[in-house]
Amino acid sequence: MSADTAGMKADPAVRPFHLDMVEEAVADLRRRIAAWRPPEREPVDDQSQGVQLATVRDLANYWATEYDWRRCEAKLNALPQFMTEIDGIDVHFIHVRSPHADALPLIVSHGWPGSVIEQLKIIEPLTNPAEHGGSASDAFDVVIPSLPGYGFSGKPAATGWDPDRIARAWAVLMQRLGYTRYVTQGGDWGTAISAAMARQEPEGLLGIHVNFAQMVPPDVLGHIRNGDPAPADLSDAEKRAYGQVAFATYHRGYGVIQGTRPQTIGYSLADTPVGLAAWLLDHDETTYKHLAQLFAGHPYGAITRDDWLDNSSLYWLTNTATSAARLYWQQAVTGKNFYAAANVSLPAAVTVFPEEYVTAPRSWTERAYHKLIYFNEAERGGHFAAWEQPQLLSEELRAAFRALR
Amino acid sequence: MSSETEIHPFRLDMPGEAIADLRRRIAATRWPTRELVADRSQGVQLATIQELARYWATEYDWRACEGKLNALPQFTTQIDGVDIHFIHVRSAHADALPLIITHGWPGSVIELLEVVGPLTDPTAHGGSAEDAFDLVLPSLPGYGFSSDPAEDGWDPGRIARAWAELMRRLGYARYVAQGGDQGAAVTDAMGRQAPAGLLGIHLNFLREALGNVSGLPADSREERAALAAISRFSTSGSAYFQEQATRPQTIGYALLDSPVALAAWMLDHDTDSYYKISRVLTGGQPAGNLTQDHVLDNITLYWLTGTGASAARLYWEGGQAAAAANGQPRQEMKLPASVTAFPGEIFLAPRSWAEKVYPNLIYFHEADRGGHFAAWEEPQLFTEEVRAGFRPLR
Repeated sequence: MSADTAGMKADPAVRPFHLDMVEEAVADLRRRIAAWRPPEREPVDDQSQGVQLATVRDLANYWATEYDWRRCEAKLNALPQFMTEIDGIDVHFIHVRSPHADALPLIVSHGWPGSVIEQLKIIEPLTNPAEHGGSASDAFDVVIPSLPGYGFSGKPAATGWDPDRIARAWAVLMQRLGYTRYVTQGGDWGTAISAAMARQEPEGLLGIHVNFAQMVPPDVLGHIRNGDPAPADLSDAEKRAYGQVAFATYHRGYGVIQGTRPQTIGYSLADTPVGLAAWLLDHDETTYKHLAQLFAGHPYGAITRDDWLDNSSLYWLTNTATSAARLYWQQAVTGKNFYAAANVSLPAAVTVFPEEYVTAPRSWTERAYHKLIYFNEAERGGHFAAWEQPQLLSEELRAAFRALR
Repeated sequence: MSSETEIHPFRLDMPGEAIADLRRRIAATRWPTRELVADRSQGVQLATIQELARYWATEYDWRACEGKLNALPQFTTQIDGVDIHFIHVRSAHADALPLIITHGWPGSVIELLEVVGPLTDPTAHGGSAEDAFDLVLPSLPGYGFSSDPAEDGWDPGRIARAWAELMRRLGYARYVAQGGDQGAAVTDAMGRQAPAGLLGIHLNFLREALGNVSGLPADSREERAALAAISRFSTSGSAYFQEQATRPQTIGYALLDSPVALAAWMLDHDTDSYYKISRVLTGGQPAGNLTQDHVLDNITLYWLTGTGASAARLYWEGGQAAAAANGQPRQEMKLPASVTAFPGEIFLAPRSWAEKVYPNLIYFHEADRGGHFAAWEEPQLFTEEVRAGFRPLR
């Protein structure tokens, strides 16, 4: 209760959480990286066959020799972390209250291949805006949970934990924290969870912000499924999005594997750190190009090599890559298309980052989010907006939610 | 004969350290949690792979496999810049018909070992001297003991040309070709290229139908069932295919670094063979010739040769070739073709489809049993089909 700066009564079901990985696990990770058996180099000069050998070598060298997990652990332990059981699952979350009295509570959901590590850089600007180019009236209380099966949250022992169920758990979490008015945010899986929350309209939820809009109209999805060329009556922005979604639909080996065979790929991801690291690097082309550059010594926004390996190490040390992959399977069995229009009626705000693998056109976004209160195309940034452009995303969230305070 | 076209004898002798390292890695496996379902719908089941790992690390003997391979005449020869490994067994019968059989993924020459005797020595295996074949079993480029191409472009069409050169180099002026899985793609390409001496082909997988069902009849009960099976495969069974066709290098890191990852990836091919192998592993129930040792011979071969990534790349090559050919008509297939449909296959090819794909269809038969790995699972049945399929061409 001592940490309870806002003076609310803490729910006894919420336990403090402190992280301390056993040294043997950290040493075993290093040993396994050192013992990796590399394949031959890809016979092409680009990423068209997947993650390139030179990049994986750079990453593995740094991971085994210079990278320090304990620094990441200390960073996490410097934040108030908690555990609480919801719907039979232990949910791990970071909870940072703003020093400002009227702060707006915000729950942020990460995606795959991410974790709460993605969100660490936005905590300060959001909770303490006066120190980060904003004003006290922009302040947020921030709740950052680990998805079920991810990081330090429990691994579901039964099927059923799809975005809808996670959304219901998040509403319970916010209620348990005593929040009666709050907003939610996410990209990647976080956008699906945020939209599900908005459709469920739990008491207290005022609106959502997403940095990945689910907005493709049903008839357009039909054309993509049939492999048709983009319909002629689409605008240029819609045609661009059409091409991006079509590409993503047919060139997403990782999505199809995780959607249909999470257990099979799980044996790889649980047993070889380099295999896991390569799998996590191969999300979308633009992100991959940046990461290849990063491990060759070039900057990638605010993301450092240590940041990226904090996240990969978190997947490894918690052995959660399989349970994380199962979220794709869980979504697949619902039959819902991830890109389909969100159909959200609560107030919604959207920021499009230019290097996202699908850049939502405003026209489709307005139809998918019926009460669009904010839409902006950011100047820079891609899929991992919070990680890569924390200041920019923080400014977007301030602007987007101003109308809901 | 220039040195580049020379044929060298090949003998296999894996260093003991590689085998010891394999055992160590299996013993050190870190497992994921158990799947959340009671069937294969989330992938290879934990109980199956753990039993495989236990047997692999404690009872399995690679040297027995090595002895079996070394008992056969093996060779290597460089073709088009790649060292091709092959088994070459001549029949004792004078008029034996030369036959080149191409394995597929996740297979190797190991799939074909049990048909060597019946095909080359029919009189000892329920056939007559007129059924004899001289047998050539190459390892695909990037597979087993063939070398890994250092450049892209090794699609089924290029492999087919290399096989024609191999048969020419062996002095065969009249020969036939056979294949299933990727071997069917290579064999089909040979048929369309029709190199001098190739008389006809036999397939145990109608590979062509998998890629393009649009022109195929869909009226009869059999046709609709085959379409439904292909649709099921596309939506829930072809993830490995898509991953290997687009990201062979990415999955390659795991396949080279974790024996259990490799084994799981290779077990997860098709529903029929998965359940058969799973039952062999966990319940000791035999599935034809798919025994624990045979399954592990093949997986161990991939591991010890470190070919998980290079083998996967064949799917990428196939995808590139298909994309490049987009819109152009296929080279016409004029040579005689025979097809055997096995009931456990990904889809049961109807005769009408075989006739559509191969206008000069000289033989079609639906086998009583057997699945995707027909030669491996039912060597005797497979042999009888190959004899029947090629009888009109002798």
